[in-house]
Amino acid sequence: MSAATLCLHHFAEENYALEDYQGGVPRWCKGCGDNAILAAMQRLCRDEALRPEKTVFVSGIGCSSRLPHYMRTYGFHGIHGRALPIAEGIKLARPDLHVFVNTGDGDCCSIGAAHWIHAIRYNMNMTVLLHDNHIYGLTKKQASPTSPIGTRSNTTPRGSYLDALSPLTVTLGVQNVSFVAQAVDWIPESLFQILTAAYRHRGFSFVRILQRCPEFVGNMFEPWVHDPQRMLMLTHADGIRVSPALQKIYRNQLPHDPADINRAREIASSEDPIPVGILYRNPEVPCYEDLRGAGKLRTADQVRGTLDAELDKFTVWPQ
Amino acid sequence: MNAVTPLPARANAARMGSAATVAKHLQTLDQHVIEIMSDSGEGAQKCGQSFGSIAARTGNGVWTVEIIPAEIQPPARSVAGASGNRIRIGSHQITNGGDEADIAVAFNEQVLLGRVNAGELKPGCIVLLENMWAEHDDAKIAGQYAETRDRLVAEGYRVYEVPMETECRALVPDPRKGKNMFVLGMLCNIYSLDMNLARDQIAFIFGKKDAKVISSNVALLETGWQWAESNLDFKYRVPAVKATVPQVVINGNTAIALGVLASGMDICAMYPITPATSASHYLSDVFERAGGIVHQAEDEIAACAFAIGASYTGKVAVTITSGPGYSLKQEGLGLAVMAEIPLVVVNVQRGGPSTGQPTKVEQGDLLTVMFGSHGDAPKVVLAPGTIEDCFYSMITARRLAETFNMVVVVLSDASLATAQQPFPRPQFSTEWLAPPVDQNPVPDGAKPYDWDPVTGLSRRFVPGQPNGMHTLTGLAHDRNSRVAYDPEINEQGMRARSMKLATLQKTLTPPPVFGDREGELLVVGWGGTRGAIEEAVARLRGEGHRVSSTHLTFLQPMQPGIGEILRGFRQVITVEGNWSDDPNDPLIDESNRRYSALAMLLRARYLVDVDCWTEVRGRPIKPGTVYTELRGRLAHLETSR
Ligand SMILES: Cc1ncc(C[n+]2csc(CCOP(=O)(O)OP(=O)(O)O)c2C)c(N)n1
Ligand code: SF4
Ligand SMILES: [Mg+2]
Repeated sequence: MSAATLCLHHFAEENYALEDYQGGVPRWCKGCGDNAILAAMQRLCRDEALRPEKTVFVSGIGCSSRLPHYMRTYGFHGIHGRALPIAEGIKLARPDLHVFVNTGDGDCCSIGAAHWIHAIRYNMNMTVLLHDNHIYGLTKKQASPTSPIGTRSNTTPRGSYLDALSPLTVTLGVQNVSFVAQAVDWIPESLFQILTAAYRHRGFSFVRILQRCPEFVGNMFEPWVHDPQRMLMLTHADGIRVSPALQKIYRNQLPHDPADINRAREIASSEDPIPVGILYRNPEVPCYEDLRGAGKLRTADQVRGTLDAELDKFTVWPQ
Repeated sequence: MNAVTPLPARANAARMGSAATVAKHLQTLDQHVIEIMSDSGEGAQKCGQSFGSIAARTGNGVWTVEIIPAEIQPPARSVAGASGNRIRIGSHQITNGGDEADIAVAFNEQVLLGRVNAGELKPGCIVLLENMWAEHDDAKIAGQYAETRDRLVAEGYRVYEVPMETECRALVPDPRKGKNMFVLGMLCNIYSLDMNLARDQIAFIFGKKDAKVISSNVALLETGWQWAESNLDFKYRVPAVKATVPQVVINGNTAIALGVLASGMDICAMYPITPATSASHYLSDVFERAGGIVHQAEDEIAACAFAIGASYTGKVAVTITSGPGYSLKQEGLGLAVMAEIPLVVVNVQRGGPSTGQPTKVEQGDLLTVMFGSHGDAPKVVLAPGTIEDCFYSMITARRLAETFNMVVVVLSDASLATAQQPFPRPQFSTEWLAPPVDQNPVPDGAKPYDWDPVTGLSRRFVPGQPNGMHTLTGLAHDRNSRVAYDPEINEQGMRARSMKLATLQKTLTPPPVFGDREGELLVVGWGGTRGAIEEAVARLRGEGHRVSSTHLTFLQPMQPGIGEILRGFRQVITVEGNWSDDPNDPLIDESNRRYSALAMLLRARYLVDVDCWTEVRGRPIKPGTVYTELRGRLAHLETSR
């Protein structure tokens, strides 16, 4: 085979179709925003030609955490709140794998909050999708930390008591933060663009996705879905370029340099209009797996040598 | 023998370097227990460990264990502040820390009082006490000293006042930093140990420092030796048999850490907790040199999840913890059981429940690790009984985890964690290591949970293997790893996970019996109590009693043949370091008595009326205590024939 045909051959092999990433039939409710996120992910895997066997989707527990089951890659549907540490273990042991995390607002911001903060600090190279529907879906409508104050739910029948936590400002407040973006499930094109940028960033890419849950909080995002002017599209040469077609609909645009963390924090604080795009990106933050020298092959001689050197320190030799 | 050694004359004599030696009474001993205690930071631990090493090199049996105050920096001269070492040496192999001490060396009388009050000193034992406090400027301190000294003398202790400070000041500017080597010299004299070995030991421990440090410490050592030679009227010899093979002297936690290294595991995820942390400390130091990684996670839940994630990708990882941390890991362990991800978990038990007694000895976690995590979550449970076991159990644990795709818990405890005992130097074998991660394509039609109908085993597929893609889940699942609520499938999965234990059990051999296989009384133990139990049994057998013991390494699954062993005896009793109700308590009867963990398990499985004797005093169970308890039972059995 000539070099050229080899190359072609390789190209054919590395070329994937959407079906290559499609697992079972999703069981989410009709109109659930998770469907759009799944579609964007499958498209991303295809376009980036991620080898399915080298790709792992890790999740916790919740409606959103079902996503790995619908991918035809490796998947790890873990336990509630612990997707991030599981993903970290995977990445440290196998930096050669593409790691994605799907987590809900309860999963990430409530039960898994400690891990979330520390995952930002570790800055391991993985893409994290926060499916933020402002409610607990799987357990049937309880308030989540991101539920707006006054949200009526089964545990807050007279409305929730506390101001919502902002996953964006929290993430932007943690040392070593390296990538923060916001997307919404109802603008698929921008969702895809943002996820692609997140995937391509080397580090902990955190994407908060506002996700509709028609089953329990059908009206949560309706005002924004119906009024494109209440969306704030972040644009920049180093960020996302909004396509001409989208520009026509979403005319409310803001040039924002993702290198500017102070501005990012200001924008992140805005609940209305909803900012969409890359808030912050810093490719210089070191990744924990690099700092720890992960992925090096160990030889038996290395183990033997180290063990013997240690045992020497403690050995009593026969006189 | 309640004499205070008339101090001034002798101390002066020694200080002037006079050769005025006292008449010596030389005694040959079979074994002896020495305690050395000081305030934290005065180096009693280093002294004790060095003494243990010298004795080991001489060929004596040795067991050393740390005396650790509960606080990092307890106030100076406090009763609860004793920091130091207990060393037991013998003319034969020593398997435990022994009974009350025969000699106590104390840098102040308050730390000594702590040990007296705890009942750790033999009545009438020899006390070598720093006497600088007698003339302390603070009258209160001088008074406390005199009062304690007089009390001990009155109680029958043989108190020798030792001018440690005065002797050392002549050699080093800060005697507080040098006394320990003076004491080491003193002990070398008392136990007739070879001073050349002691000098070597000093060269070894101060090897990284400059020659001046070594020479001044050698001077302290020699001064201590000379002082004892000139002033003490006793001297011992513990016959030694020189070892013919190289021995290593390490504690249980170091053994665990070296075992992790030797087993070929690559990743350890942990969160600091006493008394497990020192294993991770040591591992952090050496692991990276061999390409391994110790990850300090944000909490134990994360540490467990992290280790599970790492294991999932192909090579078994380990997480190391103690009781409270183990409790936090339990949900994660259930996930590993359900998804059949291999994992090694080390639980160095401490006193519980809750924060309990962090530095103290207890065996309270057996049932938790066997049955813990909700639902039916079968795991393998191993308990090392010696320091050597601590090392090899890690290699075994990794292999079992990998072969059976199971969680393997290694249950150590605080008594093994800090105790040192020489054992033959391990000879590395490449067979200890994990095979490389399989990245070959999975054959068409193969399923990720293709449970073998007999053994329950299946071959797992790991990321990177083409054609093996599946999503594993903690939800009930079928052979394809698809979520399934089907009653049949649920039972199949449960059965497969359970059968793996049965399969492992079929490969095990019966536990050895220490003593005859038939008799009046059988003692069953597990974990760190092994040495004490076997010593007590040996002593009773020497006196003609028909008593034997067996020690279980596998707690889950239990080795075959145990039922037959139990039935060879008229009575069976477990000796354990966990709680059991005293049958003589007024409220306690057979309908409500809570048995100790192992007794409960043996009763349930073998339908034998197993009794138990337990102690939760936060310290290793003493062979003498076991002896006394068993002798009482034997007397009863022997007269009721
Ligand atoms: C330890 C534990 N506690 C509680 C639950 C129950 N539980 C499952 S999912 C969930 C919340 C899900 O909400 P979210 O993370 O927002 O995901 P969503 O379903 O909205 O996608 C809860 C409380 C659990 N599975 N495990
Ligand atoms: S309950 Fe809500 S989040 Fe869950 S699948 Fe239905 S719509 Fe989606
Ligand atoms: Mg939610």
